[in-house]
This record gives sequence, C-alpha cells and structure tokens, in this order.
Amino acid sequence: MRKPSRNLATALSGAMGEGATRRLVVIGQGMVGHRLVEALLERDAGAQWSIIALAEESRLAYDRVALSSLFAGTRADDLALRPFADPRVKVRLGDPAAHIDIAARHVVTASGRIERFDELVLATGSMPFVPPIPGAELGLVYRTVGDAVAITAAAAGATSGAVIGGGLLGLEAADALRRLGLRTHVVESASRLMPAQVDEGGGEALRLQVERLGLDLRLGTRTVAIEDADGRRRLRFDDGTELDVDLAVFAVGIRPRDELARECGLAIGPRGGVLVDAACRTAAPHVWAIGEVACVDGDVYGLVAPGYAMAEVVADRLVGGSATFADADTATKLKLMGVDVASFGDAFAAAPGSLALVYANPVAGVYKKLVVSDDARRLLGGILVGDATEYAMLRPMVGSDATMPPDPAGLLRLGDASAAGAGPAALPSSAIVCSCHGVTKGELCGAVSEGARELAELKSCTKAGTGCGSCVPLMKAVLADELGKAGIAMNKALCEHFEQSRAELFDIVRVAGVTTFSQLVQEYGRGRGCDICKPVVASILASLGAGRHILSGEQATLQDTNDHFLANIQKDGTYSVVPRIPGGEITPAKLAVIAEVAGDFGLYTKITGAQRIDMFGARVEQLPAIWRRLVDAGFESGHAYGKALRTVKSCVGSTWCRFGVQDSVQLAIDLELRYRGLRAPHKIKAAVSGCARECAEARGKDFGIIATEKGWNLYVGGNGGFSPRHAELFAQNLDTESLIRFIDRFLMFYVRTADRLQRTASWLESLDGGLDYVRAVIVDDSLGICSQLDAAMAAHVAGYCDEWRGALDDPDVLSRFVSFVNAPDAPDDSLSIRR
Amino acid sequence: MTALLERTGVSVCRYTDLQPERGVRALVGDVHVAVFRTHDGEVHAIDAVDPFSSASVLSRGVVGTAGDEPFVSSPMYKQRFGLRTGVCLDDPSVRVRVFSVDVVDGVVVIARPSW
Repeated sequence: MRKPSRNLATALSGAMGEGATRRLVVIGQGMVGHRLVEALLERDAGAQWSIIALAEESRLAYDRVALSSLFAGTRADDLALRPFADPRVKVRLGDPAAHIDIAARHVVTASGRIERFDELVLATGSMPFVPPIPGAELGLVYRTVGDAVAITAAAAGATSGAVIGGGLLGLEAADALRRLGLRTHVVESASRLMPAQVDEGGGEALRLQVERLGLDLRLGTRTVAIEDADGRRRLRFDDGTELDVDLAVFAVGIRPRDELARECGLAIGPRGGVLVDAACRTAAPHVWAIGEVACVDGDVYGLVAPGYAMAEVVADRLVGGSATFADADTATKLKLMGVDVASFGDAFAAAPGSLALVYANPVAGVYKKLVVSDDARRLLGGILVGDATEYAMLRPMVGSDATMPPDPAGLLRLGDASAAGAGPAALPSSAIVCSCHGVTKGELCGAVSEGARELAELKSCTKAGTGCGSCVPLMKAVLADELGKAGIAMNKALCEHFEQSRAELFDIVRVAGVTTFSQLVQEYGRGRGCDICKPVVASILASLGAGRHILSGEQATLQDTNDHFLANIQKDGTYSVVPRIPGGEITPAKLAVIAEVAGDFGLYTKITGAQRIDMFGARVEQLPAIWRRLVDAGFESGHAYGKALRTVKSCVGSTWCRFGVQDSVQLAIDLELRYRGLRAPHKIKAAVSGCARECAEARGKDFGIIATEKGWNLYVGGNGGFSPRHAELFAQNLDTESLIRFIDRFLMFYVRTADRLQRTASWLESLDGGLDYVRAVIVDDSLGICSQLDAAMAAHVAGYCDEWRGALDDPDVLSRFVSFVNAPDAPDDSLSIRR
Repeated sequence: MTALLERTGVSVCRYTDLQPERGVRALVGDVHVAVFRTHDGEVHAIDAVDPFSSASVLSRGVVGTAGDEPFVSSPMYKQRFGLRTGVCLDDPSVRVRVFSVDVVDGVVVIARPSW
C-alpha cells in the first residue's frame, strides 16, 4: 500500500509547476520559511522553480509573533499567513523532514516520502529551551498554537500559574496566563525584566508597570526544581524559598533546531545554529539556512525581522542575484499587557565614547534613553518603556545619515506633543522605515511621486506597514510630508463639494443647527453636491433630526434610490421589500400575511441571513400598495435599504434551549426596537446569543452580546462580508441596564465620528488607542460627552416613527411612486428579470 | 423652437411637478426618458436606460454637479452622466441620448426623438 502511494506522489509532484526545471525543498514553514517561498515566487518570473515546503505542524504557516492574541479571543485560523495559491508550490503539512542526504540531494520525510532537491533551505527555526532541572518535564512551554492549546487546557480549573523567564517571551506567556484569569507569577534569574532588551532603568519602569497590572515578580531568582505536589506544581528556588501554583510555563529562551544539520555533518556555531556566510550558504553546496536556525557571523537571531531579511537574500540568490545579509535589525517594539516597550540599535551604549541621554518618570512608569555618538550628531540606539510613541521616528535614524538636532532631547516628546521631534523630513532617503519588508523612506517617496495618495495605496505598492505594523505612524508622517511638499493636502475632504470629513460635517450640523443640505453646501461647501456628499448629509440630518421623515422636503432629493423608495433596488430596476421581524420572532398569523402579499403581487421570497424575509421583484408603483397591506397587519420598515440598524439576530435562548442561560430573544427584540431607524455611517448589524455556544454568531456583528451565568458579555467591532472581523470583548457580565447604556454610547459615538461607509471595525482601528480609547470615552467618560451621547440616544428612541407609515400618510411622498410621470399606471415593459 | 416642440413634442408633466435636483421618468412614444430640474431651474432630459446595467433607472439617481457640469449618478453602479451632453463622466466613450426639452405655459414638453 505504501509503495504505490509514494509513486503516485512522485508522479503528482512531477506534474506540478509545469515547465519548472529546478526544484527547491524548504524544511520548515514557520514565518521565515513562508516568507522565503513568497519571496521566491515573486522573483521567479520565468517560473523555473517548483517548491516543496515541509511543515512539521499540521497547520499552514501562521503569525507566531501574535500568538498571545489567541488568549484575547483571536482564533488560530485568524493568525494564518496568506496561503500560496500557486501551482509551483506544494506544502506538506504534518510531514517534517527526518533525514537529509546531501550527496544524493534528497530529503526523507517522517512519513517516508523522498523529496529530491536542486537546492535545499533549512528554515527549521527554534525550540523552547527547557533547563535541565529536576522535574522539568512538569513544565509547559510557549511557542506554537499547540502549546497555547495545552496551556489553555491546563488552565481549566486552575487559579494560579508561574512563568519561568522574564524576558520578552516570558512576559507574553505571563500575559496569556493573566488573560486566562490566573494569578500570575514571573520568575526571572536576572535582576530585571527583559534583560536582553532593556537596561536597569528600563527594567525598573517595566517592573512598575507590570506589577500595577497584578503580576507577582521574583527577580534575581533561579528556579532549581519543579515538584508535583498533589497535582499542583511546587517551584523550588535557589534562595531556598518555594512557590505552589497550578501550572508552570518555561520561557527562558530558545535553541536552534539544528539536529538535521548536525546529523548530516554541517558545521554548527558555538551556541548552536548552522554556520552560514553572508549569503546564508552552509558549508555544503546547494544547502542554505535562514532564520533562527542560522548562525551568521557567530550570531543567532531570535527575531522575525532578521529571518525575513535572510529569506529575501536566499530568494534573490536562487534567481541569480548577489544579495547579502548585512547588519541585522534587532530593533524590538511590542505592547505587553498594554505597556509599550521598545529597544533598538545600540541600546546598551556599547560603542566606545557613546553618550546616553536618559529621561525617567518612575511615578508614571516611563523610561526613555537615547544613545548618541560621542559628537552627539548620530543616534545609535535607544530604549523606550511605558511610552514608545517616538519609536517609529527614531528607529530609522539609527544607521542612517540623519543628523541629530542640536538638542537631542527634543526628539523625545516627554509627554508633550508640542515638543515635536525632528519629523520625517530629517530622515535621509536611505533610512529603512519598514524593517519587516526592508522598505526605505526613498522607496516610499518614490511611490508617492508615482501617484500613491493614501496609506492603503502606499501599503499595497511597497508592502511597507504590512508586517508588524509598527512603522505605520511613520509611514503616515512620510506620506503627509511628501504630499505637503508636492502641494497636495492629505485628503480628508469628503468630495469636491466639501473640504471637511464626515465627522467634521456632523459636528457642524450638530453645533450650528443646520437643517438643510442647501444651507450646509452654501455656507460650508461649494457647488450643488453629488452622489457622495448628498447621502452623507442626508444620513447626518436623519441621525440628528429625530422625528422628521427622511423623505420630507429637500431631504428626499438627497437620498440614494434605496432610501428614496424605502426599498432595495435589484439588477433589473425592481425593488425588494423587507419588513422588520424584531429578533427573528414572528407569529404564524404574520407569516401568513407575508405569504399572501408575496403571492398576490407575484414576489419571489427568500429567507435572509438576518432572520427575516425578503420579497423581490416589486415595481416602484406597487410599493405603496404592498406596504399598505403590511402596515395594516402591524409590520413596519425593516430599514434593509438604509445605512442604519438592520437587525438584532438571536438564538432561541433560555425559553426553549436546554443550554440557554438568558432570554436572548427578548433582549434582541428590546434592542432592535430601541435602535430601529438609527441612521449611521454604514449599516449596523447585531446579535444576541443565549449562551457561550454562540449560535447567533454575535461576534460577527457590529455589536454582539453573549449571555453568561452572571449577565451579558458585550463585544464590538465585528462584521461579515468581504473582510470578516471578529468583534472584540468590550465588557463582561453586565446587567441589562449597563449593557444598554454602553451600547447607546458606543453607537452614538460611532455615528458622530466615523467616516463615510466605515463599519465599526475599521472605525475602531482608525482611532488612536482603538478599543481602549473607546472604553475610556464610554465607560470612564474621558471626553465628558457621555451625557450628550445619552441624550442623543434618548431623543432618537423618543422620536422614532415608522418610515413606511409616514410615507403612506403623505400624499406628496406617495406621488413619487409612479412608473412614468405621464403614465403613472403604465406597466414597465423593460423589466428584464424573469422568474 | 417652442412652436416646433408644441407640434412635435410630448407634454409630460407640469414644471412644478419636478422636484429640484431629482428626476422623474416619462414615456415619450415607447422611449423611457429621465427628466430633471436642476438647482438653477433648468430642465434636462436624457435616456432613462442606464447603458451599464440596461435597466431603466437613470431618473432615480442622485443629481449633483462636477465643476459646473450638472450630472445624474446611476443608482445601479454609480456612473455619472452629464445632463447637458449625455456623456458618461467616468467613461467618456459611453453616452446616452439627450432630448430637447422646453417649458411651455408651465408644462414640460419633450421633443420626440427623431431616430
């Protein structure tokens, strides 16, 4: 059985990448192995390569750097890197290399498959280092998705945990335990946290910050043994003390996975890792090594950026280039438990004669250090703890020709935004802005001069900012600077008629009490508007004008056709009709009304994803008659046509479901009736699930509620569609009153400040501080606007009227529902969709 | 011109039936015509059939200005058509017919298309 299948596999793999003449085998599909394949595909214009990628893990390459986000609600699948949709590549999951035969030029995999190669790249990465102490096997490790799953499983029923190791990985692991609800201890043998990245001063600031978050630290303490104490873990320390916890995680470092290389006799560095030259070649011909398994010039790098750089070097070499791996960028910036930590360049002032400039605020837990050359003209490195705002600006100055301002302290904002640093103009064009993709300022400027005007364009044409994202603030600054120099303003203008953004127009209308488009465009804009600004202004007027019909007076002329006819246009010019069915709950009698109306008017019916019924094929002149019947039967508009609240979906909840812990249907109905008709920058969808099984898919909604034994968990910022997003946890175990208060404010804050057609997810992303900022505004009233937001929602709720009932009562509005102005009842013979 | 239209044109509605910056659809013979009154009081008439979607919907688009050029944006895929010229502002290789239109004694009269 085994032999034929191998032959089949060989035959298959021979057929792939037709025309390919050379064969690359990549051992390892971590982030660096993945990058190598991606980079080679891009460069291999002649399609001469076919690629076999061997992965030990049974899942496609994923963003290991973001592993801790799994504990903040991200699903493992969301971490996946872009899969290869290319016939030249075959990824073999769960079938790692077991043996390399360099002479025969083939790799034997764990399953016995033989993969021939012309070139071989080792990208096997690292494994967690577990110190050889008694009881080490009782500790967990933290590196893969599998490890995260194991930690989560071990945390079930646990109340406390310890992380052995207070470096970067250790603090990430500690954050994971904290998020799992454990009382968390961190044990570090050095005298400070993150000893590889920060100095004593930085470590002190970091200690203050993480202790404030409730972590118990034991610094300068070595763990000498772990014992099993009735199922719990007893850690013994070198000072004779001990600590009992439910679980222990090792995060003391990593070791290169160089066992395959050792076995086939490749030279190994003094502290492990395959020795390679600046081209990432090993001593054996046709064999390369990149990433954490490679030892370049005696150094092994445990960071992704140098690994990416090595992948690019080898990809270049494989297509005949001559790239070399130069100075590794070991700059690090991360947010640990909400605390910024950045370390870059010569952070420890090791260069002879270098000077250090230090600012420390122990009360705030902020520490900033700049290391400058002996003449104070060059920035050599730095450490930022507690506030790393300046990182994006400072890091590219290291190793570039940028000259420091006369007073380098000016480069640190020190909490004062007005004391701005040197600005992007001070950067030479050779400065690397995006270290993940090695994009220089010069390349960004080139893209701007070739027409890139927005951040998204700049990202897609240079790839900058698409890795870790830490350079995005600097990219924005470079973009603004370049556009400014070219006399092009960063375009926040809504359209040619208004210089203002939607949020600014909202404030103008609100504060100045503008009530018509004509007044607004005359006083604050130019021309007569367009299909962009008119619906935006219509929406703003509707959000602020509770009680006034959206089709009254001039406002009618501003509406898109859907809002104008209170129905959804279809491809043939007919419309679809969606009555509101709050929470998806409907009586048999009302179902019968829908059935009769659809039958009488010959409408096609379809159950929508939002738990209601859509009736298609209605002509404009039929809409009033259809709605007369629906309104008489007690239905009202479902706002399927509007940028407004659509539905609040629900599962059946505790009334019927044997798992339900709360009445999700009733809450969904209450919320849908509360927010119906609320006009917003984009549609708003919501859902309520009656238990953690989440049958209502609440986390795929703009706001979603999941019942707990103690109340309600509120999630915000999710959506389906083209770029699906999961909503993030906003608050836990709320009572119904607080829940509604928070949703009221969240929605009103969104309505006020979001851009046109911006869903809640991208709105949250665009806000400086994101969800934490919104939480501060809504829960802590940091802007002092909560009473305004509450009053605005109260006005909306009090002023709600059914739009279809209002239209049927207004002869002026009804007169527009005709097929032809000169033949109101003539059938429209142009309708092309036939059922 | 007015006299000619009276004889050969089709009266479709009163001028006051037209809401400023919004269209109506009229039947001229068997041709669907979209009729608009712009902010300056002018009346324009173009083909109602949107060449991009082949649906008779141009009368239902949002009316606006691009520079000084009045236009209607198709409600289907949002292409804009100049009301004076019928040319698509987003793809000048596409145009719709423009009809002569006049207001006679408060009545909007559209010339019968000659083709």
